[in-house]
Amino acid sequence: MDTLTRERSPMTFDGVDPAPKSRISIKNLDFYYGDFKALKSINLDLPENRVTAFIGPSGCGKSTLLRVLNRMYDLYPKQTATGEVLLDGENILGKKVDLNRLRAKVGMVFQKPTPFPMTIHENIAFGLRLANYAKSEIDDRVQAALKGAALWDEVKDKLQSSGQSLSGGQQQRLCVARTIAVEPEVILLDEPASALDPISTGKLEETIHQLKEQFTIAIVTHNMQQASRVSDRTAFMYLGELIEEGETAQIFTRPRVERTSDYITGRFG
Amino acid sequence: MASMTRRKTVNAVMMTLSTGAAALGLFVLAVILLYLLYKGASALNLAVFTQDTPSPMEPGGLRNAILGSVIMSAIAVAIGTPIGILAGTYMAEYGRYAKLSKVIRFVNDILLSAPSIIVGLFVYQVLVVSLGHFSALAGSVALAILVIPIVVRTTEDMLRLVPDQLREAGLAMGWPRWVVIRTVAYKAAMAGIVTGVLLAIARISGETAPLLFTALSNNFFSLDLTQPMASLPITIFQFALSPYDNWQALAWAGALLITVAVLALSIVARLVTSKKEKH
Repeated sequence: MDTLTRERSPMTFDGVDPAPKSRISIKNLDFYYGDFKALKSINLDLPENRVTAFIGPSGCGKSTLLRVLNRMYDLYPKQTATGEVLLDGENILGKKVDLNRLRAKVGMVFQKPTPFPMTIHENIAFGLRLANYAKSEIDDRVQAALKGAALWDEVKDKLQSSGQSLSGGQQQRLCVARTIAVEPEVILLDEPASALDPISTGKLEETIHQLKEQFTIAIVTHNMQQASRVSDRTAFMYLGELIEEGETAQIFTRPRVERTSDYITGRFG
Repeated sequence: MASMTRRKTVNAVMMTLSTGAAALGLFVLAVILLYLLYKGASALNLAVFTQDTPSPMEPGGLRNAILGSVIMSAIAVAIGTPIGILAGTYMAEYGRYAKLSKVIRFVNDILLSAPSIIVGLFVYQVLVVSLGHFSALAGSVALAILVIPIVVRTTEDMLRLVPDQLREAGLAMGWPRWVVIRTVAYKAAMAGIVTGVLLAIARISGETAPLLFTALSNNFFSLDLTQPMASLPITIFQFALSPYDNWQALAWAGALLITVAVLALSIVARLVTSKKEKH
């Protein structure tokens, strides 16, 4: 525990790549499910155009943290967050925040593929129309989004079939496509590959790799190989606390905290 | 070994009893349906659909009663469905965790099992006494009050079956709540909601009590909603109790028509639901 308290804050950025400016800044974030404190004074920056992976054993709060970033928890009663989460300088935990605008800026892809009950084309076009994109560009943007999610070649001949007719991996990439189509700033991925086979997972990871050129990405994953493959930075969480955060290579090769290395080497979790 | 024999005997007795009970129930139902089919089919002819309810011993049909039932049921559904769906939507979506939803659910359950004659009396007091006369509109309102709780219940139940993930996925796109409800939740729950409406229609198409003091009845053809209007259940009630052979025959024909209509609705409801399950 001694090491824990010493190392937890402040986070020091080290490594080869000087961290670019942060897109999201989490400051002293606490989160409660009723009386249960699920996140304990989290301080973390998500740098722009980087993939940050959240790892840790089940129940450590990584998905909870992700759901704070687009205020998804707001849907449910008795879930509260205190502290600050700054996006473009604005505290998104504020009462006056327009949740629809926030969620348009911070897109999310879920663990289970969730295509909407409409055609493949409409799954993407509907959101575009709602976001007031010009009618004339919709088809082009649908195509661009599908290409961005590495799905275009597989669906270009059946854009009018139901989104739910696709395979699990394709559905997940459709969800990525409809998220990137509306050009958010940040994309949250909540264990996006946990329901996918290895080939689909590989494709999804390639997609993530390309997406970081345009977006800031946060990914929750149970799979440590995946975290090391796709992320630039990794945050290790345990029992609601952020134990260690840093360059992925550093976290996986030279973790500073013993608990991190225990988890990464498979000694618990 | 003795206890084994005893168990087998008890099992055999129980099985015989429950099979017998099931057979008896089915037998009674089959007798009713067959007798209805026999009596109703022999009374059924083209005149039933083209002529109005006759005087005793005159030839005639049920045209005004059929049309009256269709009109009043249609208005009842037109009034009750939107209210029911919106209320159910509030309870399952906007007010899912609100106390008000619990209150509504409780009241709605009472309404769901309230005897329909009480609904009829209520509408009689509110719309018939105050306006001074019976009317088709009052009948429609009484039926609508029966439709609402059924639709509220099925809408809420069906919307609650829609996984939260799907809702979250829509909201995560930054879509306003009502867009998510309309495009995601309603779409996923559509088959169930439609089934609820069909079942509500089936329920009101046979209701007699709420129409007795509201729409009354009318021996003549009338499309005026402010006047009394004939309906199949009340016509059956009147004609079946009459001493006249031709009225009794028409009552059988009317009973068969309602039964077939309700059966058809149930089958359609089944088809709608099973189509959804396959999806």
